Amino acid sequence: MGDTVETYKAIFRGSGLSWFVEFGSYDIGVPFSDARVWFPWNTDDITSIAASNLQQTLLLWVPLVLTGLAVAFAFRCGLFNIGGQGQYLAGSIAAVLIATELPSRVDLPRFPLIVVTILVAMLAGALLAGIAGFLKGTVGAHEVITTIMLNWIVIWVGSYLFGIGGPFQTSVSDALPSSEDIPEAAKLPVLWGDPLLQGLHAGLLVAVVALVVYSLTLNRTTLGYEVRAVGFNPDAARYGGISVARNYFLAMAIAGGFAGLAGALDIVGWQFRQDVTQIQGSQIGFIGIAVALLGRNTAVGVGLAALLFAALETGTASRNLDPEFFPPDLASSLSIIIQGLIVLFVGADLIILLVLRRLRRARLRSATT
Amino acid sequence: MSRLPQGWRGVAWAGVAVGFGAALVALPPIQVRSPVVPVVIGLVAMTIGIGSWIRGERRIAGFAIGAGALGLVIGFLATRSSVENLEAVVVWGALFAAMLRYATPLVFASLGGLFSERSGVVNIGLEGMMLMGAFFAVWGADVTGTWTLGLAIGIAAGGLMGLLHAFFSISLRADQIVGGTAINFLALGLTTYLFLKIYGEQGAPTDLSTIPDVSLGFLDDIPGVGNFLHDVFGQLDLMIWAAIVLVPAVWLVVFKLPVGLRLRSVGEHPRAADTVGINVYAIRYGAVTLSGMLAAAGGAYLSLGFVNSFDDNMTAGRGFIALAALIFGNWRPYGAAAACLLFGFSSALSDFLQEYSTSVSVLFEALPYVLTLVAVAGVIGRSIPPAAVGRPYVKQ
Repeated sequence: MGDTVETYKAIFRGSGLSWFVEFGSYDIGVPFSDARVWFPWNTDDITSIAASNLQQTLLLWVPLVLTGLAVAFAFRCGLFNIGGQGQYLAGSIAAVLIATELPSRVDLPRFPLIVVTILVAMLAGALLAGIAGFLKGTVGAHEVITTIMLNWIVIWVGSYLFGIGGPFQTSVSDALPSSEDIPEAAKLPVLWGDPLLQGLHAGLLVAVVALVVYSLTLNRTTLGYEVRAVGFNPDAARYGGISVARNYFLAMAIAGGFAGLAGALDIVGWQFRQDVTQIQGSQIGFIGIAVALLGRNTAVGVGLAALLFAALETGTASRNLDPEFFPPDLASSLSIIIQGLIVLFVGADLIILLVLRRLRRARLRSATT
Repeated sequence: MSRLPQGWRGVAWAGVAVGFGAALVALPPIQVRSPVVPVVIGLVAMTIGIGSWIRGERRIAGFAIGAGALGLVIGFLATRSSVENLEAVVVWGALFAAMLRYATPLVFASLGGLFSERSGVVNIGLEGMMLMGAFFAVWGADVTGTWTLGLAIGIAAGGLMGLLHAFFSISLRADQIVGGTAINFLALGLTTYLFLKIYGEQGAPTDLSTIPDVSLGFLDDIPGVGNFLHDVFGQLDLMIWAAIVLVPAVWLVVFKLPVGLRLRSVGEHPRAADTVGINVYAIRYGAVTLSGMLAAAGGAYLSLGFVNSFDDNMTAGRGFIALAALIFGNWRPYGAAAACLLFGFSSALSDFLQEYSTSVSVLFEALPYVLTLVAVAGVIGRSIPPAAVGRPYVKQ
């Protein structure tokens, strides 16, 4: 199995982060113009193993940032949104349905089609999460229970829609439990890499913008102030004239919007279709929980935590990790264990206080004797 | 008015029965072919439900309205489909036996959840604890060669997960929901890792010593209903009987024995319980560990009794359904068991529907979750959790 250090190096290479090690003097095109500016890395290199691995990591980074924000935004309002998975799937299902069904009915140019697809997907995620927020605000139903139930409802409804004999199953083959492919016009432009081999799509920029929007909304708007106030202490917020129920609903709906956006970008960015295996097996929304917890619900934290998890997932994926060092299927279950440990220990801040207290006591004892 | 009139509660229950009747008349062996009959009966049930709702018997009336609506829809659909299809899908004996098989892992896990939540600790890690039980039971049975030791090892593994959850949520006062999520991640990663590491090349062992069936041949000899009874109860796994015994046993422990009173008081008002000398931490540790063991027993039945194998993530959300059943059943053993039977029945029906239409049977899988959502939304009465659930206790 090789030794540990070599394994970590192999995972690092598999994640594509090694691409950053090779810097020099290159230039890069500015989006939406012909200008080129200086850049330390060679972006013309799109086919080397490091470059394509890095594209994979960044492809995964996009939905992890957004589902991470979905969990984080609700957290700031004192809600534990465990339904990121369902909202992500609702977004992706809505995106597939709009992108495959709309063009045959309305003739839309490319740009509006993509925008409409993404907006409807965000709305789908927002509505789904909004149900949980509404129930929390009105009858006090615990959001953890309702979002778990909604997750499973979406999973089974999605399996029905695209499953064998389902109403939106592909016409390619009766035995294929998958949706139709979305048309070329609905696909996002590829920023970096080969469009036919899952190159990095423009959704990367959307995710970066989402991080900024998240931070500004929470810290610079009345809405964000109210959401945080409710998160700190709902009773005090109510006494201060803030409608707690309204903020529960809004916080969940906005969180669902982030997750729905993640689903939409995955569809129009690189998946181009949704299928039953993907619907039942995807874990993006759950990793989002670990991302938000590790990122401490801040925009910068979520961005970095998403990068860590994306690199970990890609680096241990069976096609990226060299089996000579470590069996990739074992490594990917190890990365689930690592996520579990992170969630476990991030949740237990008291353990650090206990350790600190013990250390201080030990130091005092050694000082007195 | 100190107590609701007993009469309206009885009327509401009758409404529930009539609601079921709406579906029954259209199904074998009666098979009325006119759609009017089930619709009328269903409407009668809903009227009875609404009537007793107005008189103040909310919860059961809600059940009656729900049963009426469901009976109406099922009965109507049944009259629309062909007789051959109906007879292929609705084989009562097999359907009930399948219901018991599907409900058993849920019963174990939701009774486990009941102990944990009644003591004031939220346990959404049930899924992970079940998965631990499922894997370690198979591994134990494979290594030791007997299912008894396999079951014991599976239960011990679930108990360890419960202990971990207890340590983090009670001693370290971590957020219980975050801790439970972590348990689910950990169990999924750990069991998949070990499964691949130990059985990666040849797959799960096929010659396992599995939990035996209990054969009750004499049931067939009972005149009249004997045949039906034999179809349902004649050939059931030992663990199914264990689950059937466990439900009243848990009720006895939680609601009739002193230890149950302590458990519930710790979950409702830990400070008061502490004041009268009950060791809150000990009760909670015991309850959460026990919940892990029970959930693991459900998982062990799944792998050693039901499927006779292991596959990664084989519990596939059953822990969450068990949690839903617990809430649906209002944190009571009989209520939770009834909810498990309902969910088990919908799984069994979905299985049988597959011969008829795959896509519809898939949609049927969503039913338990929709029902739970409706239940927690307060449409069918309020589900009221133990007062101190989710809050860590700090001793003064």
